[in-house]
Amino acid sequence: MNRISSVEVSFKKELPQFGPGDTLKVHLKVKEGDKERIQIFQGVVISMRGSGTRETFTVRKVSYGVGVERIIPSCSPLIEKIEVLKRGRVRRAKLYYLRDKKGKDAKIKEKDFFGKKTKAVAN
Amino acid sequence: MREGILGKKIGMTQIFTDEGNAIAVTVIEAGPCSVVQIKSRNKDGYEAAQLGFDFIKKEKKINKPMAGHFKKASVKPCRYLKEIPAGELKIGDELTVDMFKPGNSVVVSGQSIGKGFQGVMKRHNYKGGPASHGANFHRAPGSIGQCAWPSRVFKNIGMPGRMGGASVTQKNIEVVDVKVEQNLLLLKGGVPGPRGGILFIGKGDK
Repeated sequence: MNRISSVEVSFKKELPQFGPGDTLKVHLKVKEGDKERIQIFQGVVISMRGSGTRETFTVRKVSYGVGVERIIPSCSPLIEKIEVLKRGRVRRAKLYYLRDKKGKDAKIKEKDFFGKKTKAVAN
Repeated sequence: MREGILGKKIGMTQIFTDEGNAIAVTVIEAGPCSVVQIKSRNKDGYEAAQLGFDFIKKEKKINKPMAGHFKKASVKPCRYLKEIPAGELKIGDELTVDMFKPGNSVVVSGQSIGKGFQGVMKRHNYKGGPASHGANFHRAPGSIGQCAWPSRVFKNIGMPGRMGGASVTQKNIEVVDVKVEQNLLLLKGGVPGPRGGILFIGKGDK
């Protein structure tokens, strides 16, 4: 299989490390006619799946009261850059339960870097 | 016979175009192939060049007659041989993937994946019957002909039997990328055969 990954490696991008529960600012290239501009999609990562060039992540945001989700391939050349705004403390890999929550319920606690929980993870 | 080289199917993956569209590609390790023998009209009755692919490292794996065949051409012993049009080729010439360019179309032949003994629905695309509503006719072939005339079954009636494992040729496959130093060929979509299967990649008409 390593011959396949040698093909995929050229599509790998230098992205910051992030996971489910993190809040991201994804800068995406949008083509309009022959012009290109950057569109920012900001939201919470609710799922990551796949590996290699097939890896994708789902970003969810609530826009004017309507939930919007975007599935973004991690190796897509349309990603200009990704900023990690917040690290969320979550207890599962898929945060689909956020779809049924509203307002304060849909909030994710920020990871406490100096708390006990993170220390346990570091070991 | 077509110009081309032999290759081994490595597997499939997905790559992106600059516009951000994902394309499914098959990765093939193609060549290098060396010309082992040139067949001539005088000696063999027809003209062809014999290509060898997949060099054998262990001497033990080659039997003596074949070892002699390769020694005569002074090329490394190969596991697979295939004849292509001779053209300008000479013994000892090496063919690599650089004969293909992205955007070319190729013809790929290989042995399809064996599917075992299959019924007519899978093997010949018969429709079968309804699954429910009290039906007693599900996946059977149905009638295979008439009665007193012709009082036999016509040839080529679809019947259950062994499926797959047959030679399949697929035309008009687009070359997406060629990696010469790695001997890799990336083709759009799928090709016949399992991973590790031996393929012949011929030059296409376009």
